[in-house]
Amino acid sequence: MLEITGLKKEYGGREAVRDLTFSLDRGELVCVVGPSGCGKTTLLRCVAGLLPATAGTVSVAGERVSGPPPNMAVVFQEYGRSLFPWLTVRENVELPLKERRIARIFRERLVFDSLAAVGLGDVPGAYPWQLSGGMQQRVAIARAIAYEPQVLLMDEPFAAVDAQTRAELEDLILALWQRLGTTTLFVTHDIDEAVYLGQRVVVLSSSPTVVLEDLKIDLPAERDQLTTRALPRFADLRGHVYAQIQRAKGAR
Amino acid sequence: MRGIVRVFGLPVLLVLAWWAYSAVADNFYVPDPLRVAQAFADTWFGQRLLDDALPSVGRLAAGYVVATVIGVGLGVPIGLSTRLRATAEPVLEFFRAIPPPVLVPLIMLLVGIDDTMKVLVIVSGCVWPILLNTVEGVRALDEVLADTCRMYGISRWHLILRGASPQIMAGLRQSLSVGIILMVISEMFASSSGLGFTIVLFQRGFQIAEMWSGILLLGLLGFALSTAFRWLERRILFWHWSNRA
Repeated sequence: MLEITGLKKEYGGREAVRDLTFSLDRGELVCVVGPSGCGKTTLLRCVAGLLPATAGTVSVAGERVSGPPPNMAVVFQEYGRSLFPWLTVRENVELPLKERRIARIFRERLVFDSLAAVGLGDVPGAYPWQLSGGMQQRVAIARAIAYEPQVLLMDEPFAAVDAQTRAELEDLILALWQRLGTTTLFVTHDIDEAVYLGQRVVVLSSSPTVVLEDLKIDLPAERDQLTTRALPRFADLRGHVYAQIQRAKGAR
Repeated sequence: MRGIVRVFGLPVLLVLAWWAYSAVADNFYVPDPLRVAQAFADTWFGQRLLDDALPSVGRLAAGYVVATVIGVGLGVPIGLSTRLRATAEPVLEFFRAIPPPVLVPLIMLLVGIDDTMKVLVIVSGCVWPILLNTVEGVRALDEVLADTCRMYGISRWHLILRGASPQIMAGLRQSLSVGIILMVISEMFASSSGLGFTIVLFQRGFQIAEMWSGILLLGLLGFALSTAFRWLERRILFWHWSNRA
C-alpha cells in the first residue's frame, strides 16, 4: 500500500536522509523509531508529499507521490497549530470533507461518527482552544479518520501530551486501527510506544539516515497497557530496539 | 453606580475644569462649555449635518474602502512570496515614511481639487498600515496549518484570510485614525464643504463657539468610529482574543 524506495533528502548539499527503503502492506500499522534528530520528520514530510525528495520514490497504492495524495491523512505533533482556531470542533473535522464536495448528509454522518469514535461526541460546538491538549489531538484524529484515508501518517502525535493521556490515546489509535484497518505509519521517538503499537518497528540510524532494522513485533494482536507491557517478550523487544538505537548514536 | 462613575467621572471632571478656566480666564477664544453646547446644537442639528458632515464621512468611507482593497490585494501576494517581499519592502517603507499631508499639494496639481483629490489623500495615508500589516500577517502564517491545508486539500484562501485577519484588523485600526486626520486636512486645503472646511470657515469668521463645536463633533465622530470598529473586531477575532487569554 505504501512503498518507500531509496528515499534520499539533502538540504543544501548536507545529507539528512541517505537511503530509506521499506514498505507497508494494506492494513498494517508500522512504527518508525529513531534517535532524536534522525530525520523522522523529514521522512514523514517526504512520504506525505509535503517535501520533495532528492532521490528515490514514495508510492501509495501504486501511485507515485509528487504532492500530498488525496487518499492520505496526517496527524501532526503540534495539535495546537494544526486545528483552525476560528472553527469549532465540528467545523474543523468537516472542512476537508466540504472541500471535497461530499454531500451534506454523508458529511454530517462522517463528522458525527468520527467525533463519537474519538470520544468527543459531546463537544462539537466547542473551539479547539477551549479543550485540553489530549482532546485537541483527538479532534485532529477525528478529522483524519473522517477523511477516510487509505494511508494514515502520524508524526509523533503524542509527544506533547502527558503520560496518562498518552496511554489513552495509544489505546484509542489501536482501537480505531482494529476497527477501520487503515494502513498506518506511526513515527515516534518513544521506543515503548513503538513496540506497544506496531506490528512492525522500523529502526532508523542517526542522520544521514538509513534503516537499521525492520523488526517484526510478535506480540499478541490484542494489546493492553498493563498486560502487554508486562510480557517478557515486550521487555525483550524493547531492550533490543533500545540497544539498536544506542548503537546508532554511538556510531555517529 | 460605580461603573457609571468610572465611565463618566473623568469627562465630567474635565468639562468642569474647562468651565472653571473659561470663567476665570475670560478669554474670547475659550468660550464656556454651555455656549459651545448651544453652538453645537444650533450648528449641527440641521442642514449642515447633511451639507458638511455627510460628505466628509462619505469621502472617508470611500478612501478607506479603496485603501483596504489595495492594501490587502497587494499585501497578500507580497506576504506569500519571499522574493517579492525582498524587492518591495524597502520601497514600501520609504513611501510609508512620507507624511501624507505633503502629498496634498501634489495630488491637487495632478487631479484637481474635487472629491477625487480628497479621497486620494485619504487612500495615500490609509493604504500603508493596511498593506504592511497584511504582508506581516500573511508572512507569519502558521506552517503547520499550511501543511494541514495542503494535506487535506483545504483552499489556501481560507487560511490566508482568516489566519492573517488579526494583523489585517490591526492595520485597519491604525488606518482609521490616519484616515480621519487626512479627511480633515484635505478639506482644509481647498474645499467648499466638509468638517475641516467648516472649522476653518468658523475660525476666520471669529465664530469661536461654532469652531469649538466642530472640533467636538470630530472628536465624537472619531470616538464613534473606533467604538464601532472595536465591536466589529471583537466579533471577527473572537477566537484570537480568547486564544491568547
